[in-house]
Amino acid sequence: MTSSPVLPKLVGQRVKRREDPRLIQGRGTYVDDVKIAGLQHLAFKRSDIAHGRILAIDTSAAEALDGVEAVFTGAQIAELLGPMPIGTPFPSPEHRAVAADIVRYVGEPVAVVVARDRYVARDAADAIAVDYEPLPAVVDPEEAMSGRPALLHADFPNNHAVGPLPAGTGVGGDGTVDDTAIDQAFADAEVVVSQRMVNHRLAPTSIEPRGVVAHYEPGKDTLTIWSSTQNPHILRTFIASLTGLGQDQVRAIAPEVGGGFGSKINIYGEEYVAAAVSKRLGLPVKWVEDRSEAFLTTIHGRDILAYVDLAARRDGTVLGLKLRLVADIGAYNMLLTAAIPTLTMTMASATYAIPAIRATLTEVFTNKTPTDAYRGAGRPEAIYFVERGMDMLARELGMDPAELRRRNFIRPDQFPYTTQTGAVYDSGDYDKVLDRALEKAGWEQLKAERDAAQAEGRLVGLGLSMYVEICGVGPSSGLPTGGWEHAQVTVERDGRISATTGASPHGQGNETTFAQMLADQFGVPFDHVTIRHGDTAVVKQGIGTFGSRSQAVGGAALHLAGGKVKAKMAKFAAALLEAHEADLVFENGRIAVAGAPAAAKSFAEVAAYAHRPIKLPAGLEPGLSDEAFFEPSNNTYPFGCHIALLEIDRDTGEPRLLRMVAVDDAGHLINPLIVEGQIHGGLAQGIGQALVEEVVYGADGQPLTGSFMDYAIPRASDFPRFELDNTVTPTPVNPLGAKGVGEAGTIGSTPCVVSAAVDALRGLGVKHIDMMLRPERLWRIIQGGQA
Amino acid sequence: MIPTAFDYARATSLDDAIARLQAAGGAGKLLAGGHSLVPLMKLRLSEPAVLIDIGHIPDLAGIRESDGVVEIGANTRHHDVATSALLRERCPVVADTAAVIGDPQVRNRGTLGGSLAHADPAADYPAAMLAVDADLHLKGPGGWRVVKARDFFQGVFTVDLAADEILAKVTFAASRASAYAKLHQRASRFAIVGVAAALETGGGIIRTARVGLTGAASSPSRLAGVEAALAGQPATAAAAAAAARGAGDGVSELNADIHGSAEYRRAMIPVFTRRALEAALARAGG
Ligand SMILES: Cc1cc2nc3c(=O)[nH]c(=O)nc-3n(C[C@H](O)[C@H](O)[C@H](O)COP(=O)(O)OP(=O)(O)OC[C@H]3O[C@@H](n4cnc5c(N)ncnc54)[C@H](O)[C@@H]3O)c2cc1C
Repeated sequence: MTSSPVLPKLVGQRVKRREDPRLIQGRGTYVDDVKIAGLQHLAFKRSDIAHGRILAIDTSAAEALDGVEAVFTGAQIAELLGPMPIGTPFPSPEHRAVAADIVRYVGEPVAVVVARDRYVARDAADAIAVDYEPLPAVVDPEEAMSGRPALLHADFPNNHAVGPLPAGTGVGGDGTVDDTAIDQAFADAEVVVSQRMVNHRLAPTSIEPRGVVAHYEPGKDTLTIWSSTQNPHILRTFIASLTGLGQDQVRAIAPEVGGGFGSKINIYGEEYVAAAVSKRLGLPVKWVEDRSEAFLTTIHGRDILAYVDLAARRDGTVLGLKLRLVADIGAYNMLLTAAIPTLTMTMASATYAIPAIRATLTEVFTNKTPTDAYRGAGRPEAIYFVERGMDMLARELGMDPAELRRRNFIRPDQFPYTTQTGAVYDSGDYDKVLDRALEKAGWEQLKAERDAAQAEGRLVGLGLSMYVEICGVGPSSGLPTGGWEHAQVTVERDGRISATTGASPHGQGNETTFAQMLADQFGVPFDHVTIRHGDTAVVKQGIGTFGSRSQAVGGAALHLAGGKVKAKMAKFAAALLEAHEADLVFENGRIAVAGAPAAAKSFAEVAAYAHRPIKLPAGLEPGLSDEAFFEPSNNTYPFGCHIALLEIDRDTGEPRLLRMVAVDDAGHLINPLIVEGQIHGGLAQGIGQALVEEVVYGADGQPLTGSFMDYAIPRASDFPRFELDNTVTPTPVNPLGAKGVGEAGTIGSTPCVVSAAVDALRGLGVKHIDMMLRPERLWRIIQGGQA
Repeated sequence: MIPTAFDYARATSLDDAIARLQAAGGAGKLLAGGHSLVPLMKLRLSEPAVLIDIGHIPDLAGIRESDGVVEIGANTRHHDVATSALLRERCPVVADTAAVIGDPQVRNRGTLGGSLAHADPAADYPAAMLAVDADLHLKGPGGWRVVKARDFFQGVFTVDLAADEILAKVTFAASRASAYAKLHQRASRFAIVGVAAALETGGGIIRTARVGLTGAASSPSRLAGVEAALAGQPATAAAAAAAARGAGDGVSELNADIHGSAEYRRAMIPVFTRRALEAALARAGG
């Protein structure tokens, strides 16, 4: 018996991220690090008004500057590029990468400069003179629904982009609406709570802003595009179609991507322009967004308001829910804009078996930056509205908020559970996660502490929130790009493993989790596995990373591809060992015959043989490489329970989070350390929405939060230590049983923090407060309450 | 976030810097920590033709005390002020103030001189300088002059400093019974309201009080009403609370933005005045 080391199983272990050393030490290669001889730099001239007609645009001073290669106005870009496509089936107004006649939000591009360096490019952009006829701007979505004072797009009366679109009980697939059941639910109700709530606008603010390098090579008639994107394959598809090239002629590369949070799913105008201009000029071009541009032109998230009506019996049984939603989507439809608020309807049942639900959605154009997917994308809004509603109901009934929720849970034996708005929840055990959270928080004692603090006059409050959300997105029926993911696994000649994934991780740590999986699957050392991603010339096929899908869908594809290669490798090993494939075990870097460990070949020996099969086993091709597409049968529906304890400073209104407990169930965990990291980040953003983050516009459509001097993102010092735990309810929809976790933290935390603030002020008769919880807003409530 | 083109020069002495300022004829800007100036340049709100870096002038940074007078060089970083054992012991209000400026990155780069010369209405240091009644030592082509902090701050981003003058250091008498209290703006961490208090106590009585206010209004100011109300009062929290009560009443030209309306700022002045006074009294020690 040879003395090969015993390799530990890695799946389920807290393996440190192999990505981190290079990222932390500044050794990553980002788009802005890409340098090509002859590279030109783009700068965009952008609208500084929210709404106006371009009367004249004078580029002569810009063109005269030394180092300026070319200037294109919107009209000139329109000769190179058609309107920007969207990825949803909704009707959409024409959206040009560079506006030619009307600008509809501050930051919209009106011209682009191509110049020797960034400085000249910016000087030239500043030298472009644009003469506008200002038009009235509309920033309040409910006001916009009257079609006044501004109509953004002529073919969209009352600024309605979508809807009113009904969903839920009594709504037929053909759009017919029957109100009987929902009306009955409210007629039967002993209690109804009603509240208008705003889930306000946020800016995704990834550390690395957007960026693109486009390099069209005339001699080859090929285009290579580097972009800070979450989905290079989708980028390739759209860039090819708009530039008139074939997908075979376009190579898209997502190098290191410094975060996206959904904002880098989109294919933006700047990317199309870079590709078109490079092709037109035959020169490589680069554009890297600066932070000011990021606040203006990278998509925003959320911005949905709801009229929530919850009907219940006095015993706490919820009979019906009405959600009238108004989504302020800004000035245009981007890739998924129109679809995001529909997810708020999809998730309207939250964790509850609500027998009658009617959701109605209207999406509205306003003179603001377009919205689209931002971490959670439609689900945080649903959970926020329902959980705040449940909290109000608990208060109304004088019931413990945990108990009220428990009474309405979908029970474990009801899964798969089809909600009234059509979601099919795969699996769940909501009691278990609630119990774990109550126990971890010390719920009964916390309530007593809160009561004692309130009796002393302190404004201390307790909030609890359940959530369920959609991860592992999703079957091809639900995604115009296809909902599968692709992987290729190769055992190299030396026995090391290369794998590619079409999921394009950008901070999620899949280079680590995927290597853990393959190391276990093949019984080889972790550092013998390399995971490649983010380059369409290396990764044959792919969709990308969004909707918390990289592990659940991408990981499943990898598992399947690995299985195929392993099966083939077993055939080669069986031939070498003169054994049956079925009797072979892959472990500790060797392939051995079960029960006869002396009969073994090292992994490298078998790999070498497969690449030079002097005696090729019958029916086998040489080599050890195979691929798999994984098409999930459904999304996954992870869930959890979050609890917050918060105190408000009576003098200043400043809220301070004292405790934050999060118990999440994402099914099987490949790497609990990475999962916790994802939850920490999610909590930061979810709590951030409640406490510090808000995009604000003036009545004239001017953004008032155009930099980090006015747009706050939370700092570590804003938080207590997060107290995490998890339960495990595997999903049946993929072979890993893993559900996905990237968005979880953002979804449960926001309502529970707001509920804690409301609870802190309950002595003043407060029933609901809209986010964000600005100190002044809370201070005014305290003043009013004391008056 | 792309500045216009500029030249860069490294000054070797105060006189060298002054000569360079004069040579630039109004188009030159001194560069200290760069944490106010560089953001403005990136936004193209400031477009100097030449940056004169004073960061390498010898002896322009440092904290010392002689005969009860504390001296801080203009180039002293916020971090060094915040962590100065001398200041924490002898004049804690100044260390308090530096400790709550921005975040660690800002404190590691930003300087006292830069902050005072820039005079952002929401900057923290001005309140402390008013409370310790600091002397600001300026050097220009004609030599040295000394300006009292209360005369130096004249309005929004406006100070008594000529285009060819440099703020070289500040000096003030140490004040042990002193403290700073601040309501921070949650994005930038600048002061929505910041109050610095420096008290002279003895025999259980507040003999004199100086209270500086920043953030709330267009320029920093002394809260004369509070100071008068405190003089001769017992050195107790009750006296501090009573004196603080009307602190916001006389303040004019209040700032207002999404982070705090004028009404809110006015209401926060007494809150932070009380907190600063209480903290100062706690340090009075008899
Ligand atoms: C993110 C962020 C957060 C911040 N938060 C706070 C905060 O909470 N509180 C706060 O008070 N400040 C805050 N600041 C500002 C910070 O304290 C700056 O460092 C300070 O205002 C300027 O100092 P500086 O050394 O960086 O000056 P610079 O930016 O180098 O210079 C500022 C101005 O002063 C002039 N100048 C500099 N030194 C001298 C001198 N010796 N004599 C004459 N003129 C001179 C320069 O020419 C320039 O006009 C923040 C800054 C940032 C970027």
